[in-house]
Amino acid sequence: MSTTVLPRVNYLNVRTTVASWLLTKDHKRIGVLYMIVVALAFFLGSIFAAGVRIELTTPAGDFVSADTYNRLFTMHAVFMVFFVLIPVVPAILGNFAMPLMIGAKDVAFPTLNLMSWYIFVIGFLFTIAALVLGGVDTGWTFYTPYSSNVSASNVLLAGLGVFITGFSSILTGLNFMVTIHRMRAPGMTWFRLPLFVWALYATSLVMILGTPVVAITLFMVVLERAFGFGIFDPRLGGDPVLFQHLFWFYSHPAVYIMILPPMGVISEVVACFSRKNLFGYSFVAFSSLAIAVFGFLVWAHHLFVAGISPYSAMIFSFLSFAVAIPSAVKTFNWTATLYQGAIWWRAPLMWVFGFIGLFLVGGLTGLFLASLGLDVHLHDTYFVVAHFHYIMVGGAIMGFFAGLHYWWPKMTGRLYSNALATSAAVLVFVGFNLTFGPQFILGYLGMPRRYHAYPDEFQVLNVLSSAGASILAAGYTLIACYLLYSLWKGEEAGANPWLATGLEWKTESPPSPHNFEETPIVNEGAYEYSKREIKVA
Amino acid sequence: MLSGIPLFPEQASTLAPEVDALYFFVTAVTAFFALLVVMAVVIFAIKYRDRTGDRVGAPIIGSIGLELSWTIIPFFISMAIFGWSTVVFFHLVRAPDQTLEIYSTGKQWMWRFQHIDGQSEINELHVPLGRPVKVIFTSEDVLHSLYIPAFRVKADAIPGRYSSVWFTPTKVGEYHLFCAEYCGTKHSGMIGRVVVMEPNEHQAWLSGGGGLSMQARGEQLFQQLGCASCHLPDGSGRGPALPGRFGTQETLANGATVTVNDTYIRESILTPQMRLVAGYQPVMPTFQGQVNEEGLMSLIEYIKSLPTAGQPAAAPQAGGTAPAAAVQSGPR
Repeated sequence: MSTTVLPRVNYLNVRTTVASWLLTKDHKRIGVLYMIVVALAFFLGSIFAAGVRIELTTPAGDFVSADTYNRLFTMHAVFMVFFVLIPVVPAILGNFAMPLMIGAKDVAFPTLNLMSWYIFVIGFLFTIAALVLGGVDTGWTFYTPYSSNVSASNVLLAGLGVFITGFSSILTGLNFMVTIHRMRAPGMTWFRLPLFVWALYATSLVMILGTPVVAITLFMVVLERAFGFGIFDPRLGGDPVLFQHLFWFYSHPAVYIMILPPMGVISEVVACFSRKNLFGYSFVAFSSLAIAVFGFLVWAHHLFVAGISPYSAMIFSFLSFAVAIPSAVKTFNWTATLYQGAIWWRAPLMWVFGFIGLFLVGGLTGLFLASLGLDVHLHDTYFVVAHFHYIMVGGAIMGFFAGLHYWWPKMTGRLYSNALATSAAVLVFVGFNLTFGPQFILGYLGMPRRYHAYPDEFQVLNVLSSAGASILAAGYTLIACYLLYSLWKGEEAGANPWLATGLEWKTESPPSPHNFEETPIVNEGAYEYSKREIKVA
Repeated sequence: MLSGIPLFPEQASTLAPEVDALYFFVTAVTAFFALLVVMAVVIFAIKYRDRTGDRVGAPIIGSIGLELSWTIIPFFISMAIFGWSTVVFFHLVRAPDQTLEIYSTGKQWMWRFQHIDGQSEINELHVPLGRPVKVIFTSEDVLHSLYIPAFRVKADAIPGRYSSVWFTPTKVGEYHLFCAEYCGTKHSGMIGRVVVMEPNEHQAWLSGGGGLSMQARGEQLFQQLGCASCHLPDGSGRGPALPGRFGTQETLANGATVTVNDTYIRESILTPQMRLVAGYQPVMPTFQGQVNEEGLMSLIEYIKSLPTAGQPAAAPQAGGTAPAAAVQSGPR
């Protein structure tokens, strides 16, 4: 593709055979490999979401059958959670940018990094097999005893798919952690690290400590389902609520695997386009670690109506309020960074503005659900659906797009149309709010989740939601169009199109296979924009 | 166009206004902070916009004072929400002492309600206005969740355990009853209605059905299953005497203590060896597969109704059929 226009040797054109991609140990190429699989999973997940939204435009269950509907929302979530949200920022942007940002030639274990991708693909193929053979209908949460002994769908295959994919996550976390400890360029001290690297470090901690638990849990479901071990089914002497404890012990921290890396992206982009030091650098860095650690102590807030004792519910409610504080601290620091900046309105920053708006709503509605007195009413309603989409899509996906737009020129050497990218950000922001905003009201009105058909009085809000989803789809399609177009016709980006400070911008775009001709030496903090030899705004 | 859409569900229980007041408070607090941040972002983005891209911002690194204030102030505000919401939560989960008890079983895909007087109904629940009602329920198969939005109550139905919700209806009418925990194909069909009636109409409705009361049915089972042959009311049998036992603390064989409640009685019938009362031999057979959920609830209701020890009036005498055949079939 770019070989004819950019004759310089870079990581994309150094070798172009398919084998050279499939056997690559280059972290940048592995990032691109992840991007291809994740894009496929995102496409599949979106198709299922479209099916769900079409079904819900009318109160009666008339577009697809109840069984099909249950498979649609389950497969939507399984693909989106395990194959999009968890890998999207760490495995794509983290793999591509992190070694560059710390001045390393690669990650600590390049072969292991490639193996992680293969494990990811094998898990993906298992899940695809589950899909092709008829799908899964348990919900992505695989609650027992429905998943272990009742559901007639392909729980084993999907469970194994997620189980296998987990190892990819564990190995990536391990790889990143060792890389950040051992591979930093001379002078790149901990407090000169870009905040995206701090965020990845905190995320790696969660990946390494949390993922084994969900892997074991799903394996226990497989044991009960396939061999009749009595672990979760009360008829076999098991405890169904035990599953929920084990599942959420990982799956709540997994939310932080999804949101911490995008938060890191936001810090990079806000500092760059405000031309300022990030306000409160060390508070933002440590808030990532605080979230990672406290995130392990809040799992039972998913069980407030599942028969846990009111006193333990109180403790988990308290801790859930506490974990909200570091996220609030980050948001205040990003806002303060803008103050007296020289704010350059480019597309990546527009995505950041979208992120802040949506993440605010997502985070603050989390307080409603952490409140015991409100959660009893709101639990398992559309309020919850709206809340986590604001965090997952409004936060994680908007953050990913901020990062993709920021590093795209570095990855491809090309610039996309700033006007189109800004329009896409606006389109996604508006479409998203129209899709999920009405769902907060639906939830408080009492519409339960995972309903194939619903009472008539909920229709208007559901129609609004479906209309919003079509705008959202147009926004995502637009992104794909101008980014792909930029590969052929995009302007050459040059090494540093944003005039940013990070080490990744000191090498060419796209970078050479070994990142840097000479190992860079670092002698200042990550965001010393104000020291540059240009006039103060 | 939007005027036709309600923003809040109907308030039909004493708890609903409490939950809604908390909801308004949290909405107001969070909306204030959301607007604060959004306005700051918008104002800064416009005021400090630089169209050239080659200027730099002011050299500001941070401020400990600001960091501390935006850590501590939100913490205290969130603690206020935590405190208030916990108070409301305890109102939601702590039923008053005197309630009208109704038993229920969830199964794929229906709710069955069993009134103590003997009346039973499916996917409909008739309750009297102005009286505290407690619904005690379990599941026969997978997880379900009993949810009545107009009352703001919900609890999961878990196989093998009893859950409960309580409410005092404040408005005559019909309200949605939903299953809120995904339970398979017809999850969205596992719905029904709660009918709140004037107390006298409710009384008439109750007496319209006939059938054996739960207590009578429980007594019948107590004899049929042979419980009475060991659980002698005077404590001289091979099992503990049951009158006056409900709600008390028992010391177990392993030294732990347990409150005798619905779940413990149920467990003792189905898996008697699991938590044995101290001083008794592990001789009781399991009754798993011998008695269904409704039967278990009737037995519990019967045991609850037994008078305090020393008043053997209503206690049945020994002499039921021996459960010899029942011992053979274990759990599925």
